[in-house]
Amino acid sequence: MANLSLKNVKKAFGNIEVIKGVDLDIEHGEFCVFVGPSGCGKSTLLRMISGLESISGGDVEIDGDRVNDIPAAERGLAMVFQSYALYPHMSVRQNLSFGLENLKTPKDEIEKKINAAAKMLQIDELMDRRPRDLSGGQRQRVAIGRAVVREPRIFLFDEPLSNLDAELRVDMRGEIALLHRQLGNTMIYVTHDQVEAMTMADKIAVLRSGEVEQFGKPLDLFNDPANIFVAGFIGSPKMNFIQGEMQGELLRLTNGESIELPKGRFNVSDGEKVTLGIRPNDIKPGDDVAHGLNATVRSVEQLGGDSYIYAKSANGESITIHRPGQVSISAGEELLLEVEVDKSHLFDRETGVTLLRERTADAKGAPAA
Amino acid sequence: MFRLLSALMELIDVPMQFVQKYLRGHRIAWMFLLPNLILFGLFAFLPILLNIAYAFTGTDNIMLWERTFVGADNFTTLSRCENYFDANSCEKDFFWRSVHNTAIFIVLQVGLMVGFSLLTALILNQKIRARGFFRSVFFFPVLLSPVVVALIWKWILQRNGLANAGLEALGMDRIVWMLDRHWAFFWSVFLSVWAHMGFYTLILLAGLQAIPRDVYEAALMDAAKPFRTFYRITMPLLMPTMLVVMVLALIKGVQTFDEVYAFTGGGPGSATTLIIQYIYETGFAGAPRLFGLASAASIILALVLAALTFLQLKATRKNADG
Amino acid sequence: MASVVKFLTGTRGKGRLHWTDWFTYAYLLGGILLMFGPVLWLVASSFKTDAELDKFPPRFLPHAALTVELEGHDKPLPLFKVTKGDLAGEQVAQVRRIGLTSQVVRLSEPDKKIKISVKDREPMEKISIATKNYTDLFRKFDFLQFFWNSTFITVAATIIMLIVNSMAAFALSKYQFKGRATVMAIVIGVLMVPQTVVLVPLFIVTKELGMLDTLWGVIIPGAATPTGIFLLRQYMLTIPDEILDAARMDKASEWKIYWRIILPLSAPAIAVLAILAIMWRWNDFLWPLIVLSRTENFTLQLALNSFQGEMATQWSNLLAMTVLTLLPVALVFAFLQKYIATGIASTGGK
Repeated sequence: MANLSLKNVKKAFGNIEVIKGVDLDIEHGEFCVFVGPSGCGKSTLLRMISGLESISGGDVEIDGDRVNDIPAAERGLAMVFQSYALYPHMSVRQNLSFGLENLKTPKDEIEKKINAAAKMLQIDELMDRRPRDLSGGQRQRVAIGRAVVREPRIFLFDEPLSNLDAELRVDMRGEIALLHRQLGNTMIYVTHDQVEAMTMADKIAVLRSGEVEQFGKPLDLFNDPANIFVAGFIGSPKMNFIQGEMQGELLRLTNGESIELPKGRFNVSDGEKVTLGIRPNDIKPGDDVAHGLNATVRSVEQLGGDSYIYAKSANGESITIHRPGQVSISAGEELLLEVEVDKSHLFDRETGVTLLRERTADAKGAPAA
Repeated sequence: MFRLLSALMELIDVPMQFVQKYLRGHRIAWMFLLPNLILFGLFAFLPILLNIAYAFTGTDNIMLWERTFVGADNFTTLSRCENYFDANSCEKDFFWRSVHNTAIFIVLQVGLMVGFSLLTALILNQKIRARGFFRSVFFFPVLLSPVVVALIWKWILQRNGLANAGLEALGMDRIVWMLDRHWAFFWSVFLSVWAHMGFYTLILLAGLQAIPRDVYEAALMDAAKPFRTFYRITMPLLMPTMLVVMVLALIKGVQTFDEVYAFTGGGPGSATTLIIQYIYETGFAGAPRLFGLASAASIILALVLAALTFLQLKATRKNADG
Repeated sequence: MASVVKFLTGTRGKGRLHWTDWFTYAYLLGGILLMFGPVLWLVASSFKTDAELDKFPPRFLPHAALTVELEGHDKPLPLFKVTKGDLAGEQVAQVRRIGLTSQVVRLSEPDKKIKISVKDREPMEKISIATKNYTDLFRKFDFLQFFWNSTFITVAATIIMLIVNSMAAFALSKYQFKGRATVMAIVIGVLMVPQTVVLVPLFIVTKELGMLDTLWGVIIPGAATPTGIFLLRQYMLTIPDEILDAARMDKASEWKIYWRIILPLSAPAIAVLAILAIMWRWNDFLWPLIVLSRTENFTLQLALNSFQGEMATQWSNLLAMTVLTLLPVALVFAFLQKYIATGIASTGGK
């Protein structure tokens, strides 16, 4: 069992606070992804959990024990680094055994563990090579193997796939997920790639400038983003945002057009300045004037199976439309875009917090600022 | 051997791990710095402080507490001169002779050294075959010890040596090189340039090779003549490196001792006595040992070097910027 | 032959030789003569006998008189060829020389002495290598002792310097701690105060530590040079911090990180520094001259210097000793000149 809980964890470099009080509870066996734009503090948070970075405030607890002052090596964690950080002067075998030797594990046991891990990761043919003689994917496997042989309570991954090319990345994604199913350990995985987060995670923590914006299951984050930042960050292509002001049930856009929103879906009051959020799948060319807005097509990408239409609303906002199949629309055309308002989102323009009335039970947002 | 070393390292690991428990995080760095700081303290900082103390005290006692404070006496003694350009008019004529010798020595040595190094570097920078080999040819003497350098040339310049054989072959009379003050001085400069120019050639060659090829190609497209290219492109771009080389040569030149001392012993008379030799002979070789005077001379030397080092830092910075 | 000329005179691209090309090759040829020539002359001379060394004008290759052993004479006699007079064209052995006349014997009649003028004979010689100069070093002088002193000082000082400097470089490149800037300033400060300006107090410190006239008195103060710290730190900065973090996660202590990770990964820089340190220590002169006073503690350099006074006329042994002193340097140069060049270029000398 390895639960991890962070209680108001803070980190400051001098006067600059980079982690501003993070609370998280990660259950045993969960695959948790920290995702966020670069500089959001996700790697720092991971390094604080690992013990490589000191903790300025709050507590990190593993299985209920406070580990703030326990050195990295003694926390029973293992980490896979972005650059893999393999020891360049050691063979694959030595790379795997170095940590176990430091733990004074008996020789035959080391041998057994290494061989098992090597077999599982299919690197048993490479044991006597040096890291420089390995391909990117092989190095990645060795780095994971090094973590596996330690039989850690929690695996930590720091953007492990960012140095691989796109195709290999998809393969390794699957393998890490498989590894998680095989070992059943708690894993914490840091990435800036929301696709990676969505495909791998049991739980996602979205971070921005040192704070958790939302923590929950991938689809909950997608369907019920707690704020405009999460809404914009999760999902590809990005959610479209349209500025407006409430007028009864109508959202009045700045150029005078209006869209009718469903009754009771949102907590709004008359005259409130809001941002409407529509996923590219939830908007399409149509003729429903009540739920539509006018736009000019700027360009069209026809991928055969999918089509992306990039348009600009009369209001001046960019709108991306995703349609399955092929479309017969060309640049310069004027379109009426019909919004699927039952799937739309509405955010307070000042605070960015969602105005959705019925929230998903699990999707806890950060407290409104 | 390796196993022994390995075991030794494991042994050191035990106390180090213990220290690591108390010096958490990056403060463990102090443990790694400790041996060096002790060495620096004992053999660099303490001597600097002591040097000042010795310069202001007199008598030939070694122990500081047995020495009497004399204020700036050592300095005034050194500087008592009627005419600074005439060593004979000075109280410490030997000191002033060594200062004059050093001054002439470095002017000639640095001039010749930079000149020949530049010429050699330019030639080596051409499209020639076996450049690596020729580079090593000029570099080879840098590795020889000063005493070996001195003996090599002493052997060539001895009465029945190669140099005199050359003179006779040309129909001239033999010269007893080492007993003529001017020739002894000339050859001292010569062998010092011979021994060290490879080093500066190497630096200048690196500087030349750092000039991008396409600049020359652009000049070629602009129909620039070779000499014009040299004056308008090579020299300005090489200037920062030249500056570093000059100041470096100057700093080392002022400290010249080994090869000249082994070559001439400072003679004939005091014709080739340089400032370091003066310090050495005043402080160590002679009796009584005049530590105060030697220290005072050291401080004067240190000030000159500090000024030169300051110049070097400025030159290096300019180099890094440009 | 033609191809050799073609190779040597070839310029890349252009076909014909410009006058500047001739100048270039003339300069380079002169360079070889001037740089290698004196050393070769020294080596050649070191194999000459005393008699040959006194000869003027000198010859490049060592020669020795041909001798013959004859009945009734204790020593081998030098052979001569007679050029004039009754014996013209014959080979004779010289028994002794008195003024301008020389007593010789025919090889067939070893008892019958004949007087001839010294002008009428020419010595018969062969090219011969006199190894006596070298064997003398071991018989007459304590050459092995000097060699051992130099070797011991060089090896010990190099090892100490490498360990101490690499530890400091590690601390200064891989740790962020309060006071790092100060320590860096100290290192630069030490770099700017050369040993030559603190000779007197350095001597006194060494004396007070009881290291005067011991090999350790040369070794320890010599190890306090910061050049190596700069060289190694520059290299260690290129080792990614993540590797150190990985080792920390692998429960390696900081000391273990130093010697299992940092040292092996810095091997190229350490090799360069080791070569430089060996050169410096082996060639060191002024500091050993001040510290060491008993002959049995002398390094090769000191021995060479002191014998050139004592043996003002004994060039034969001095030359041999000089050759043996420069031999290790020449060997190192031959094998490692590439590393030395890059190393010296990157440290800017001492």
